[in-house]
Amino acid sequence: MARKITFKIFRFNPYDEGSSPFQQEYKLEETPRLNLFSALNIIRDEQDPTLMFDFVCRAGICGSCAMMINGRPTLACRTLTSDLPETIELFPLPFFKMLGDLSVDTGVWFRGISERLESWIHTDGTFDTKSVEKLMDNELANEIYEADRCIECGSCVSGCATANVYPDFLGATGLNRIARYMIDPRDMRDNEAWFELVSTYEGVFGCIGMMACEDVCPKNIPLLDTFSRVRRLMIETGLSSKSTLLKTHS
Amino acid sequence: MSTIHTTDVLIIGAGLAGERIGVEAAKRGLSVIILSLVPPKRSHSSAAQGGMQAALGNAAMGKGDNPSVHFMDTVKGSDWGADQEVARIFADNAPIAMREMAFYGVPWNRVKGGPAEYYIKGKKQTITEDAAKEGLITSRDFGGTAKWRTCYTADGTGHSVLYAMDNLAIQLGIEVHDRMEALSIIHDGGKCCGVVARSLRDGSLSTYLSKATVIATGGYGRIYGATTNAVICEGTGAVIALDTGIVPLGNMEAVQFHPTGIVPTDILVTEGCRGDGGYLIDKDGYRFMPDYEPEKQDLASRDVVSRRMMEHIKKGKGIESPYGTHLWLDIRHLGAHHITTKLREVYDICMYFIGVNPITDMIPVRPTHHYSMGGVRVNKDGHAYSLEGLFSAGEAACWDMHGFNRLGGNSLAETVVAGMIVGERVADYAQKCRLEVSSALSEKFMKEVSGKINGLLTSKGNESVPQLKKEMGDILTHNVGIFRNGTDLEEAKKVLKNLLKRSRNIKVKSGAKGGNPELTAALRIEGMIKLAMTVAYGALARKESRGAHTREDYPSRDDEKWLVRTLARWPKGSDEPKLTYEPVGMIDVPPGERGYGGASIKPMKKTISSYNAEVDRLQKKNGAIQTAEKIGTRIKAGLWKKEVK
Repeated sequence: MARKITFKIFRFNPYDEGSSPFQQEYKLEETPRLNLFSALNIIRDEQDPTLMFDFVCRAGICGSCAMMINGRPTLACRTLTSDLPETIELFPLPFFKMLGDLSVDTGVWFRGISERLESWIHTDGTFDTKSVEKLMDNELANEIYEADRCIECGSCVSGCATANVYPDFLGATGLNRIARYMIDPRDMRDNEAWFELVSTYEGVFGCIGMMACEDVCPKNIPLLDTFSRVRRLMIETGLSSKSTLLKTHS
Repeated sequence: MSTIHTTDVLIIGAGLAGERIGVEAAKRGLSVIILSLVPPKRSHSSAAQGGMQAALGNAAMGKGDNPSVHFMDTVKGSDWGADQEVARIFADNAPIAMREMAFYGVPWNRVKGGPAEYYIKGKKQTITEDAAKEGLITSRDFGGTAKWRTCYTADGTGHSVLYAMDNLAIQLGIEVHDRMEALSIIHDGGKCCGVVARSLRDGSLSTYLSKATVIATGGYGRIYGATTNAVICEGTGAVIALDTGIVPLGNMEAVQFHPTGIVPTDILVTEGCRGDGGYLIDKDGYRFMPDYEPEKQDLASRDVVSRRMMEHIKKGKGIESPYGTHLWLDIRHLGAHHITTKLREVYDICMYFIGVNPITDMIPVRPTHHYSMGGVRVNKDGHAYSLEGLFSAGEAACWDMHGFNRLGGNSLAETVVAGMIVGERVADYAQKCRLEVSSALSEKFMKEVSGKINGLLTSKGNESVPQLKKEMGDILTHNVGIFRNGTDLEEAKKVLKNLLKRSRNIKVKSGAKGGNPELTAALRIEGMIKLAMTVAYGALARKESRGAHTREDYPSRDDEKWLVRTLARWPKGSDEPKLTYEPVGMIDVPPGERGYGGASIKPMKKTISSYNAEVDRLQKKNGAIQTAEKIGTRIKAGLWKKEVK
């Protein structure tokens, strides 16, 4: 017997002055291998054309569809209803600006993070069309790629105690981004530059170590290891005999 | 009052091609605004798992590779439908583009000297990588190529290149207006002046006025019911070009099916699976591809593998399932380590979306719509036909290096190469030209768009978008799919024509403020049906089989009559597209056998030189805008004879 699933979905349209938040119920017969991408589209096509949510690749790659699914931030496209109870509660991610129902504005926030961290290769060099690429060890390339895999879905900051209290906190995604550039030899920023950027309460020392980020990251990025590494490096940099950083910061 | 933005360069679409053009223009000091349906890093470019082709020749199996070999593979892959000069420009510049992306931070996989084990044509082999090449960009094997040429970053090439590109765009301060959809091109019949756009956040309309406007909106796969494409790939850019009534779309009937979409959901698993040694298996556990294609086996070009799979299924060798008949893709022998690192995205997709563990089980696959070779027809500078100031690049464009079939790894590479080449032309154009537009003209287009919206909101019609979309997707999949014939295509033409009529009778039930997804979908559907019609009409008219276009009733490639590109325009007020034809471009490599696929060829009777002598005149007659350099100047005539061994 197929289950009848009850969806309780958060509804609110911030662009409509008459709208106030509530939870709306929809019912759907479960079919084999039904995921939330299909389920939400069936609801919108057949029951309620006004329902707002975001999907792009529907393949777990683009990071558009993170939402709170029974209290946990994760990607809707790769969540199967068969892994959930008969009642499924859906809320938009907290922390981000609400655009309507399950849709939030992750794009603007993530652009802000890229600008704050200047998350690009800092170099004095210029690209020469005629010369071969600089050599890189394949292991290092893989290591950079491992940290580069973040899809900016926003699950980590939505599940983060610090981010939900300090809106300026860079979050796991921001600190992971920094770690990616730290190990990249093409980026000429030195440890002191990193120290200035992340040795703050908005940065690596704001984390209180609950590590929900690591639990919810859909890409299984090893955020705990990354944090430890960045913190250790920052403390070493601050304490190094040549450095005046800790003095200026105390 | 709606907002008016002005900029030197306006780009529609923030995927790799659009952003690369933005980067070029911003570096020249021009102002750039990019409009995008989604935040840039969520563009469909990110979903490309496999890689980018460029003849770097660093890997042992790429030894001896050079741009001429890459050019030759591309022309063959296209079944001679490509513009060979464009294919040459592409192949010559691809290595530069890869190195440039390395400079901007892409962690390309690198050569590691010494022995490594690979599966080649089903057999385990040891290949020794040259220690002298250690640390240079390496490559993997993809279908339809003479050498291992596909540069990659593990399982997420599109993702890491797009992230590097978007970060660069942010560094350059390029303005991106995300959740913004261009609905109409503002033009005076000869010159493009910008667009009218609708915000998908609050539903407001804005005018964007620009010196140069670029369509880089990707493909239109979502017109098919089953496609690997992202849900935003609805051809929004091609539609607004077609709606001008003057800009043509090229080769819309050239549609690629990828051999390995998973069943169900149609999510793509990369060609890298077969490139790395995976193979296809039928219901008897038999590896059938070597029987059909002894030489390239599972790695023949995509159109050929897709066709062979359907042929094999028609022989009753497919596996029945509640989601339709399929075949198996087997990568188990590659081992857990390989699958969870170099093919991790594949592993994740199988585990999360269909609950199949590819380390221990075979993956259910079938050919699924994947890529649009056709698009906004542009000259080699990326300048659209018949409308000055409008450009296009990437999958949205028909530039046309892919002809009737694109090779794996050539489209992702095209985005950055075309971005680089077309970006320069766009910047040249914007630097020379002045922003001159009458407010009456832009208001006219604004009024048209707001009139259409009001019409949909107050309509007394009874049609719904999901229903029309479903009927459109079904008829395309069944009647305009991998195998085509006159009867099916005639029926598709009739059904689509009727759908177009019905699309003008849509009722938008909710007048909800804000993004209003129902209205958003209603605004797109008519254009999508028009695109579907250009595909079906083009396919019906083309009485030959070439690349991905396979006519059961015309099984030969006909170089005498059909070595031409289809151009589809939609005259104002018409209820169907109008087709004309132009030469494919200057020919350097004479039409010949591809070496796979096995179709017969009706040879061209006229000489290459008499064909070439007419190209410029006939393309201009069809709307081609004067190129910066004379056509043919980049072709390097005859070089392939020396360099392709």
